[in-house]
Amino acid sequence: MAQMNMIEAIRSAHDVMMERDPSVVVLGEDVGYFGGVFRCTDGLQRKFGEHRVIDAPIAEGGIVAAAIGMGVNGLRPVAEIQFADYIYPGFDQIVSELARIRYRSCGEFYSPVTIRTPCGGGIRGGQTHSQSPEGIFTHISGIKTVMPSNPYDAKGLLIAAIESDDPVVFFEPKRIYNGPFDGDPEKPGVSWASHPKGEVPDGYYTVPLGTAEIVSPGDELTIITYGTLVHVAIAAAQATGVDAEVIDVRTMAPLDVKTLADSVNKTGRCMVAHEATRFGGYGAELAATIQKECFYNLEAPIGRVAGWDTPYPHAFEWQYFPGLKRMSAGIRRVMEAE
Amino acid sequence: MIEKSRLQIPRPTARPGDEPDFSYLDLSAAGAVDKPAIGARTRDIEYLSSGLVRVLDDDHSAKGPWDPNLDPEQLQIALRWMMLNRVFDERMWQIQRQGRISFYMQALGEEAISIAQGMALRAGDMCFPSYRNQGLYMYRGMKLVDMMCQCLSNTRDMCKGRQLPIMYHSKEGNVFSISGNLATQVPHAVGWAMASAIKGEDDIAATWLGDGSTAEADFHQALTFSAVYQAPVILNVVNNQWAISTFQGTAGGQRRPFAARGLGLGIPGLRVDGNDFLAVYSATLWAADRARRGGGPTLIELVTYRGGAHSTSDDPSKYRPKDEWDKFPLGDPVERLKQHLIAEKNWSDAKHEALEAELREEVTSAWKEAQQYGTMTEGPWLDPATMFDDVYAEVPTHLVSQRRRLLEILDEE
Repeated sequence: MAQMNMIEAIRSAHDVMMERDPSVVVLGEDVGYFGGVFRCTDGLQRKFGEHRVIDAPIAEGGIVAAAIGMGVNGLRPVAEIQFADYIYPGFDQIVSELARIRYRSCGEFYSPVTIRTPCGGGIRGGQTHSQSPEGIFTHISGIKTVMPSNPYDAKGLLIAAIESDDPVVFFEPKRIYNGPFDGDPEKPGVSWASHPKGEVPDGYYTVPLGTAEIVSPGDELTIITYGTLVHVAIAAAQATGVDAEVIDVRTMAPLDVKTLADSVNKTGRCMVAHEATRFGGYGAELAATIQKECFYNLEAPIGRVAGWDTPYPHAFEWQYFPGLKRMSAGIRRVMEAE
Repeated sequence: MIEKSRLQIPRPTARPGDEPDFSYLDLSAAGAVDKPAIGARTRDIEYLSSGLVRVLDDDHSAKGPWDPNLDPEQLQIALRWMMLNRVFDERMWQIQRQGRISFYMQALGEEAISIAQGMALRAGDMCFPSYRNQGLYMYRGMKLVDMMCQCLSNTRDMCKGRQLPIMYHSKEGNVFSISGNLATQVPHAVGWAMASAIKGEDDIAATWLGDGSTAEADFHQALTFSAVYQAPVILNVVNNQWAISTFQGTAGGQRRPFAARGLGLGIPGLRVDGNDFLAVYSATLWAADRARRGGGPTLIELVTYRGGAHSTSDDPSKYRPKDEWDKFPLGDPVERLKQHLIAEKNWSDAKHEALEAELREEVTSAWKEAQQYGTMTEGPWLDPATMFDDVYAEVPTHLVSQRRRLLEILDEE
């Protein structure tokens, strides 16, 4: 075991898989010589060579499409899109091609591409470096959508993603690359060193795709969330004194419905939370699923905490971000409702 | 030829610790490249895409057919704008390093491009800039204090706190809003130019993107549309050799120059010394005249060097030699114009120093003023409720209720 932050854990996942499987290749902007703008691929090109860690031209559509072609020809590409906000030039290739090659060829062709991309706000990145577009991808049949909330899961989920024969879009909440964040920007930053999930095995292990995790057990309320907001939810439960069960979805698609439903059937109350915009967001899918599975056990309407339905404004990052106060207010609303 | 198909990896000629090596850069002597008539057929002027249009010679004289013969006063004005761009950037860089703005990007070494092209275009021509074209905004009338207020996201910020620093816009100056996504503005410029032609107007569009960004599909779509409809547009590729850590070869610049990208579509390409104010001005004027007279698009590659980091977020000493800019054969655009003016006896070191001091004073006083409209740590503050404006032309009901909710939360604090 070693202490790792999320960046180191992601790097380690690459390292382990590139050692184990010569078909794993990495491509993306600045990922090779420089090691990535967030350092997630640092040292990989030196170790595995320029044919396996490829500095790509600035063309996200090209990166995704080339990765698809490599995957069809037997490689297992891990493509980095430098910011989730830059993924859209690759969107057609993801939606129309990557997600459907298996289906349209009845399984004769497939491309096991993993697309990694940093997402989310809280780093003063403004509207083009702060987005959380995961909900757009969960809407596409044929790809899996993942977002870890800690170093241990990041490594285990990324290894599982790379091994998956289905394409995976792997979102990395960059606000918590270096440490957990409870949603209060006034507090000094915390590192992963003091967090149990900062303990990461050096070698191979997986966190299976499609499994949620109860990160904090409780009896009064179930908070279903993922990414940075997992930490905000735990802090808000403590701040409000509510005995909440916090569940980290980890894999948005396919969704671990059973873990979620079992919890809500036990607690009788549910709140869903994400940083992404609310309208048509992934929270709506969670709420609809819980409503169907747990309707007769629900004691209150399902609460929803999300980003506002605007682009992410640079100056109002903390008014936009659903932090401790909004999460706490959301908890109180669900608890007070009858 | 090699015996076997192998993945070929483009590598820069020098990395940290290596001796800078610009032997890959094809140079022409100042004055050596012919200047064709405005109406020349693309097939007859393909040489312009492989040569290098230069006017300012190493002895600081202006040479050849591309000399625009500007009078000394105009050149002094140009020098002033270029120096202001540099002094402004230097100050804003320091301000970011002090933690007083969140981010910055400087145009160090590329100042001739925005200023010369800004001067060669007409006020009615529309500019679709990239993020290193702050000189264009300055030249087109944006006050320094307004640029600083944008970088501060304060109460006078034209972007109302919505955009990262440097992502300005100026409807009044005909300079479009900067996107954080690359090359997206290039097809916009083509569409704008098509509209100008549809409406029968004389205004043209100009756009800028980096060598790295030419890899984006948007650039290639822009080439196609501009060629098909002969849109009155100038497509400028600012080849500053580096796209964060990857060199211009990673964008495909090793085998053919970027200026040649449009030849297959019949778009003339000019490869120009981007650090030579006179050459940039002259080439732009040629392309603008051609566009205005129905000659369609021109692609201009401006060969320059990114003198500083990509942004305040990266450290270039990690991926390129520290002294590479010093060895760049096309030098420093400010220094070259200064030396030209001095050689022509229209300028002096003393005047230069005095002007620099004056510009520093101008920037300092703008900074003092800008801070009165709010800083990152001290008010006055923008009203957060404004974040719900301009998502749509009118605020829809769900945003009205979200805005109300935000104000309730802020009231509780």
